[in-house]
Amino acid sequence: MLRAFAALLLCANAHAQQTYITVASTTSTEQSGLFKHLLPIFEKKTAIQVRVVALGTGQALDMGRRGDADVVFVHARPLEEKFLAEGFGVRRYDVMYNDFVLIGPKNDPAKISGGKDVVEAFRRIKAAQTPFVSRGDRSGTHFAELEIWRAAGIDIKKEKGPWYRDTGQGMGPALNTAAGMDAYLLADRGTWLSFKNRASLAILVEGDSRLFNQYGIMLVSPMKHPSVKKESGQAFLDWLISPAGQKAIADYRIDGQQLFFPNAK
Amino acid sequence: MAANARILPLAVRDLCFAAGERTILDRVSVRLEAGPCTILLGANGAGKSVLMRLMHGLLVPTSGEIAWSDADAERCRRLQAMVFQRPVLLRRSALANVTYALKLARVPRAEREQLALEALEGVGLTHLAHRPARVLSGGEQQRLALARAWALHPEVLFLDEPTASLDPTATREIERVIRAFDAAGTKILMATHNLAQARRLGDEVLFLHQGRLLERGRIDEFLARPATPEAAAFMKGDLPWT
Amino acid sequence: MDGLAQALSGALRRIASGDASLGAIVLLSLEVSLAAVACATLAGLPLGAAIAVGRFPGRRTVVVLLNALMGLPPVVVGLFVYLMLSRAGPLGGLGFLFTPPAMVIAQAILVLPIIAALCRQAVEDAWIEYEEQLRSLGAGRLGAALTLVWDIRFSLLTAILAGLGRASAEVGAVMIVGGNIDGVTRVMTTTIALETSKGDLPLALSLGMVLIALVLALNALAQIVKDAAQRRYG
Repeated sequence: MLRAFAALLLCANAHAQQTYITVASTTSTEQSGLFKHLLPIFEKKTAIQVRVVALGTGQALDMGRRGDADVVFVHARPLEEKFLAEGFGVRRYDVMYNDFVLIGPKNDPAKISGGKDVVEAFRRIKAAQTPFVSRGDRSGTHFAELEIWRAAGIDIKKEKGPWYRDTGQGMGPALNTAAGMDAYLLADRGTWLSFKNRASLAILVEGDSRLFNQYGIMLVSPMKHPSVKKESGQAFLDWLISPAGQKAIADYRIDGQQLFFPNAK
Repeated sequence: MAANARILPLAVRDLCFAAGERTILDRVSVRLEAGPCTILLGANGAGKSVLMRLMHGLLVPTSGEIAWSDADAERCRRLQAMVFQRPVLLRRSALANVTYALKLARVPRAEREQLALEALEGVGLTHLAHRPARVLSGGEQQRLALARAWALHPEVLFLDEPTASLDPTATREIERVIRAFDAAGTKILMATHNLAQARRLGDEVLFLHQGRLLERGRIDEFLARPATPEAAAFMKGDLPWT
Repeated sequence: MDGLAQALSGALRRIASGDASLGAIVLLSLEVSLAAVACATLAGLPLGAAIAVGRFPGRRTVVVLLNALMGLPPVVVGLFVYLMLSRAGPLGGLGFLFTPPAMVIAQAILVLPIIAALCRQAVEDAWIEYEEQLRSLGAGRLGAALTLVWDIRFSLLTAILAGLGRASAEVGAVMIVGGNIDGVTRVMTTTIALETSKGDLPLALSLGMVLIALVLALNALAQIVKDAAQRRYG
């Protein structure tokens, strides 16, 4: 039994030989394919392997709090500020933005298609009681969705009905669920563009300034967690906000369309 | 073989064994001496198997005493061996089954193979030494079980109806080996249904009926003139040439 | 019906083209599951055998518990191992989280009750046949149990295959403790989950077919070994 355990340890050491960092990020960045495009460029340049664990924003930040990640790369500003205030992050940088889009069935029973006001669209969905899929997983997208309900003056926790489907899933699975039940949902454009199982879904509302989606990155504080790989983590951070990294982000396209827009200062 | 009796005589006093509500053995007292080949006779359910297992230490008595002449329990156990109606062999070669028993008896590794081969030769299984034990015929398997017992040089050999599942030829082979044990000085205690076999092999008989020891005596006297009506009834129900 | 047919034909095309990253994923899946089953077998066989022949107070409760643990939800095991291996947890210093060793540990825990419980049943059944003779020869209880385990080893193969089936099919545990990291801890089941969630059903289906084919092949191999051995050893 001990011999098996020792073998496991040796195995683990073999993996540790190449320098690597663990980045806690979101399902929207992972499932849009951004990392598959970005990381090989960084690895070739620095020989640092970047291991991305994709969870919801809330979970990703919790991973940082536990010290299981070196860097967190998420998209919910208030949650990120809270993380910083608690002392778990060193410093926050803007990296890139994209927008959310309101997806729904092409036959649009709630009659919101083509509108520019996402808050009004939410009101109509609730009035028509058409199926709406929520991420429900403390992700950045979920957070944005809750903000819009708040702006519409609706206390969604109290006023939801059977039409509101709280799935507790990542962006991809939520899209699958919405496709399967012809429901409305809020998605980030990046995941939508790379999603392949659209069924009868389409973008119905976009362009509202409230749909702006900012991504931020932070190094987890080595003071809270001495095990954090601060040099390699900082190297990744620095590269992402450098002109080279920003260009790599802008270069990522699906069918000619750019998914994320770099805006590091 | 066991030239000097160390654990015999065996004194059994008021032995009782109950399983739940049923009494299987009822105050059996007997003294076993080295020398005579002792046959245990009795109908099914008379308690023969249980009595042997109690003596051999496989069962714990409900009350009563089983006293070997040696106080060292470990040595007592090692100088006994038992062969069952159906031989229990491991999925290994015939030779390996015997060396396994020698290993348990703490015989030094270097000596095991030689002793095992000698035992196999004694029962005429040398040519099958490396055959998997489980593919041997019923008679060969039982001979192997006896070879395994032989290699241990026991002072006492318990046999629980060893030929009940065998054809007449195999039975004869087994009886030959049992006689060899007897000639070498091993104390034999054998349970059997087969009256002809009892006469062929045995010197004395213990007759059990419903858990009680009813008769004891020389085999030919018992078979000709049983003292109790139960023994007479038992023998009438059994054809002497089975 | 259309969607399924499309997915199936796309799947076959994918497999035929022989993707290199697919090969790496399949290899990792095999390594993790086989390593986990090996560890669980090393620990589970003696454990099951000991419980089978042991006589101790509370034995029946232990047997029931062991049988119940066969149904441990993978995601619960994953959560437990995660909390143990997290930097904030007791074994965080090992740095195993989000590496294959963590996945092996989680799957080994998941599979151990299956192998131990099935071994216990097999040994208990065989004990009825062997007990008296082994004790007559002077074998101690535990030594006899281990001898039995070796003797019925080909029957125990079924227990081990059951464990392998569980390990290679589960996704909950490896997802949580491995993190499904591309190129590092991504195995077949987590890839199927990921590709499904990205809506790429043909790829997910093709991986599913490969996974099933693999498990079938392993089982067929085991059956061949078992038959050959049975002919040889009786």
